[in-house]
Amino acid sequence: MACPFQMGLQDATSPIMEELLHFHDHTLMIVFLISSLVLYIISTMLTTKLTHTSTMDAQEVETVWTILPAIILILIALPSLRILYMMDEINNPSLTVKTMGHQWYWSYEYTDYEDLNFDSYMIPTQELKPGELRLLEVDNRVVLPVEMTIRMLISSEDVLHSWAVPSLGLKTDAIPGRLNQTTLMAMRPGLYYGQCSEICGSNHSFMPIVLELVPLSYFEEWSASML
Amino acid sequence: MLDADSQKPPKGKWSTPPFDPRFPNQNQTQNCYQNFLDYHRCVKRMNRRGKSTQPCEYYFRVFHSLCPMSWVQRWTDQIQNGTFAGKI
Repeated sequence: MACPFQMGLQDATSPIMEELLHFHDHTLMIVFLISSLVLYIISTMLTTKLTHTSTMDAQEVETVWTILPAIILILIALPSLRILYMMDEINNPSLTVKTMGHQWYWSYEYTDYEDLNFDSYMIPTQELKPGELRLLEVDNRVVLPVEMTIRMLISSEDVLHSWAVPSLGLKTDAIPGRLNQTTLMAMRPGLYYGQCSEICGSNHSFMPIVLELVPLSYFEEWSASML
Repeated sequence: MLDADSQKPPKGKWSTPPFDPRFPNQNQTQNCYQNFLDYHRCVKRMNRRGKSTQPCEYYFRVFHSLCPMSWVQRWTDQIQNGTFAGKI
């Protein structure tokens, strides 16, 4: 979950998010280096009494500042494309979970075996217990088994929504009439929070998502108890 | 308890629809719809020939796993009313 005054991304819970986090560090470092170089050059330009009024051409520096940015862009593009293709790898999921966006709550369906479905409403601020997170807690969490590849199918029953869980690197639009697939694989158990990420009306900010990742045996007990 | 092997589903039993290379991308709408149609077509033709509809169960399990329950309900109602737009 997000913490107050947080500076970076949330801790990664899936392998893809880990890759994205490192990629973000790599790219941000390049951006910081370029920005500090430019800032340094501007400051030296503005704090010198030296002048040079007879510049005709500058072939060498022009070549450098063409080739070097091209190399930097390639150094950004290669890891980016690697991760993009990694996200599209074919994997065989062990479980399929559907989520339907509504105004203003999510509903979840686990129909591989029996028909298990339930709604997930945000807990209003007045009803929070001590220690619970404002605008993030829900009455029924999405319980899932840890370390298993899960196929998530996302759609909507009314307007556009978006199902997002930042620590797993997931954000998929919920479009009425369309079934969008994404793959979920959490490496460690715990609670992972997300919020609706597409404007959907007055309570768009009040329809969060909470994933509860547990070992398989707990998941089986929970799903049996929910039927 | 947390090792990956013990968490795999038992072999030979149904766990979830496998990857379908006809629908490799993010949009799985056609995957759900096609299996729904295939199930009903399979059942209709098997019934017409007087054969068991047991082989059609695969399509049923796939669309049952993939399709949102509201879509299945709506299409089933349309089939019963004779207003379903697909060709079965």
